[in-house]
Amino acid sequence: MILDGKAPTGQVDTSWDRYREEMKLVNPSNKRKYKIIVVGSGLAGGAGAASLGELGYNVDCFCYQDSPRRAHSIAAQGGINAAKNYPSDGDSIYRLFYDTVKGGDFRSREADVWRLAQVSNNIIDQCVAQGIPFARDYAGYLDNRSFGGAQVSRTFYARGQTGQQLLLGAYSALSRQIKNKTVTMHPRTEMLDLVVVDGVAKGITVRNLMTGEIESHWGDAVILATGGYVNVFNLSTNAMGSSVTAIWKAVKKGAYIANPCYTQIHPTCIPVHGEHQSKLTLMSESLRNDGRIWVPKNAADCEKHPSEIPEEDRDYYLERKYPSYGNLAPRDISSRSAKEACDDGRGVGEGKRGVFLDFEEAIKRVGKKTIQERYGNLFDMYEKITDENGYERPMRIYPAPHYNMGGLWVDYECQSNIPGLFVLGEANFSVHGANRLGASALMQGLADGYFVIPYTIAPYLASIRNPGAVKEDHPEFKKSVEGVETQIDKLLAIKGKKTVSELHKQLGNIMWENVGMARNDASLKNALKLIPELRDEFWNNVNVPGSGKDLNQQLENAGRLADFLEFAEVLTEDALNREESCGGHFRTEHQTDEGEAMRDDENFSYVAAWEFKGVGVKPELHKEPLKFERVKLAVRSYK
Amino acid sequence: MDLTLHVWRQKGPQDKGKLETYPAKNVSPDMSFLEMLDEVNDGLIKSGKDPIAFDHDCREGICGMCSQVINGRPHGKQEKTTVCQLHMRQYNDGDEIFIEPWRAKAFPIQKDLIVDRSSLDVIMQAGGYTSCHTGGVDDANAMLIPKPTADYAMDAAECIGCGACIAACPNSSAMLFTSAKVAQLAALPQGKPEARKRVLAMTQAILDEGFGNCTNHYECEAACPKGISVKFIAKLNREYLKTMIPTSTDA
Ligand SMILES: Cc1cc2nc3c(=O)[nH]c(=O)nc-3n(C[C@H](O)[C@H](O)[C@H](O)COP(=O)(O)OP(=O)(O)OC[C@H]3O[C@@H](n4cnc5c(N)ncnc54)[C@H](O)[C@@H]3O)c2cc1C
Ligand code: FES
Repeated sequence: MILDGKAPTGQVDTSWDRYREEMKLVNPSNKRKYKIIVVGSGLAGGAGAASLGELGYNVDCFCYQDSPRRAHSIAAQGGINAAKNYPSDGDSIYRLFYDTVKGGDFRSREADVWRLAQVSNNIIDQCVAQGIPFARDYAGYLDNRSFGGAQVSRTFYARGQTGQQLLLGAYSALSRQIKNKTVTMHPRTEMLDLVVVDGVAKGITVRNLMTGEIESHWGDAVILATGGYVNVFNLSTNAMGSSVTAIWKAVKKGAYIANPCYTQIHPTCIPVHGEHQSKLTLMSESLRNDGRIWVPKNAADCEKHPSEIPEEDRDYYLERKYPSYGNLAPRDISSRSAKEACDDGRGVGEGKRGVFLDFEEAIKRVGKKTIQERYGNLFDMYEKITDENGYERPMRIYPAPHYNMGGLWVDYECQSNIPGLFVLGEANFSVHGANRLGASALMQGLADGYFVIPYTIAPYLASIRNPGAVKEDHPEFKKSVEGVETQIDKLLAIKGKKTVSELHKQLGNIMWENVGMARNDASLKNALKLIPELRDEFWNNVNVPGSGKDLNQQLENAGRLADFLEFAEVLTEDALNREESCGGHFRTEHQTDEGEAMRDDENFSYVAAWEFKGVGVKPELHKEPLKFERVKLAVRSYK
Repeated sequence: MDLTLHVWRQKGPQDKGKLETYPAKNVSPDMSFLEMLDEVNDGLIKSGKDPIAFDHDCREGICGMCSQVINGRPHGKQEKTTVCQLHMRQYNDGDEIFIEPWRAKAFPIQKDLIVDRSSLDVIMQAGGYTSCHTGGVDDANAMLIPKPTADYAMDAAECIGCGACIAACPNSSAMLFTSAKVAQLAALPQGKPEARKRVLAMTQAILDEGFGNCTNHYECEAACPKGISVKFIAKLNREYLKTMIPTSTDA
């Protein structure tokens, strides 16, 4: 089937304005007749729930943590982009739009990206009005820094805790609505099914994580803003509870998952050590403003203390290969270059899987105090984890799974192919193409939540004749509850030998080795053989202790892993299908002589949206062709 | 290294709970404290026992979810460090470690090391915001904010809402937590219009939620993993006093 993203036709630059002028509205006094379910309280869900509540809708918001303030958006460090052009360095909406499309390797929908760039400026205004203490200069103006893939300074930041501050802003707006009773918050509640009635999303089934109770909630529309799925690699920069579960349950009810193979491996994370590691820690990309990345030129020097390696024996490989962007080359390119250097035997640290991120020159240039002011908390975190002082010797970093550009397929209105199901933030696929630029996920989350969904949900709601007509007494809800209960009973009954975390590690290894930074036909086919085997082992040999009737964290993890084990196969199928290299998806068969990604626009300039056909059954591919009218398709070059 | 753990086990909110002892063997100094507990839990599961329930999520020291009192100190012995960022190199072979939940009337224990901290959300709901609408606000640079003011607000805004301050306080006072938000917003021009209303509502919520009074022990600051300063409590008190002075609109 050919999918239609329903982007407004005509000039891209005015598409969002025209959309808003022409869209159907819900009259203010009618808004309270509608109930909207928002799953997720991160930037996307938190901002969306607060804004919809403020408009007068009845909102029920869900998260699995004990407070909405703890969604994983909290962990974002570096910053948020906007086209304000405060530094007058040549930025504009067009440039942010262009950088995003190009950064995504020309695999995103133009109109969606334009809208993102356009509303980016409103976000900064909104955040300042909320009292978010962004960095400022002595004159009192907002300060900016640079991020990868851009030649302007358009990133706003709050020390090394930008995500925390933005989320607390959204959380405060949400708290205000909870107080006003327009939003009802359900923390420690995990969505375990989407309820679809006659092809339309009408509610969700959840588990109360404290009591184990399974219950359903109806809504006239369901919004998923449930974050990222890269814990499919087990070790990643995501939170321990981040999972594919919410969107996977929607996929199993008919929602299409788009470009699941577009996963982002972040170049600057603290390398893995030992066998027991439970997660990987990011060192913000902003560090690349001042840090220089290098490895020894000679493999023989790798064991030496970095200070013993003279300047001429160091390979500043990003500066060498990409002189105009240097250390600020986009993430996919930086990550692959690090892998190449290590594959070449020139890595440093444990297992020679690391490269240096060196601040010596920056400290000489601006002084330790300034570096401390800019990144102090990151240096502290680095020291706590590695026991090394980043001011005194270069940090060691290595790429790690971080983000997914893929997600549920949505049209221009952020509506999935299931009417009434909307998807926001990292959980959808919309704007980042095959690679996301730094500081653009926070922008997208808040854009979707504050400035897109409050508009784009209205036409759908206005089309519902009878709000609240379908409630929990509908047989589909009962069926959904029974389905969830059956799965829980099944998991608890296995009583096998392996723990959930052992099996998750195994899945992570399969995915990282075969579907990681570099993929090829053989590795992908290997993964497609190993994943179902591991899934079988899981369903026969996992040990989930305890009962379903109270707080049971092992059961929570088991359910999430069960979903990853199904989803991993679709991700891999997508990677196998996409016989080109683009952005974060690197097929070793498709590269230039210099090792750069080689796109195939003729055959793959489309969004791959997969329809679930059963566990272990090959999913069906639907295509949304991508049209480029405002930008010219070009080879992405950062040289 | 080999360690002996004494862990608070409590089946549910109504259960009395008690300390149980478990060995933790072959602990690597590079492990985080929670990774050490993960291993202990895998061992418990394999021997047919119930694993220890504890809150955690980001494991980067920022979400504020992890919450354990280790040898009597919230978040353990390393200064300005959450449990999830605490590493085992801080301990020695043969150490005995006591692990307990946050203890405060306003934080009822749910299971093992997990407590209910929703009272903190209630304090925030009382007034921890500026009442701006989505959209329709000024340009971000329309109001200049001197760097020292922005820095002061940021120092306060770094609070991760973990509740260690309350767990450390002999009175279980939520003063440091509340003052951080009050001070952040009172310092900024955007927060000033509602400063009066905010400090009154938030301090009232503290009382309603069953937190104790602040009697200046300053244990909170010592326990705070983000180093939030008690100077913000002084700021809150000043803001509170200001509300007693009639304003021109009170006539
Ligand atoms: C360490 C790190 C640093 C980053 N730094 C930056 C940066 O500097 N700049 C930038 O632009 N981006 C950054 N990113 C990316 C960015 O933070 C995320 O993409 C973005 O915050 C995601 O927001 P979200 O609202 O989509 O999801 P999240 O914030 O992850 O929120 C997901 C929500 O869904 C809920 N949820 C999930 N599943 C369920 C379920 N089944 N049932 C109920 N609730 C559920 C969760 O409880 C949570 O409330 C970073 C990411 C990481 C991991
Ligand atoms: S787990 Fe997030 S702060 Fe410790």
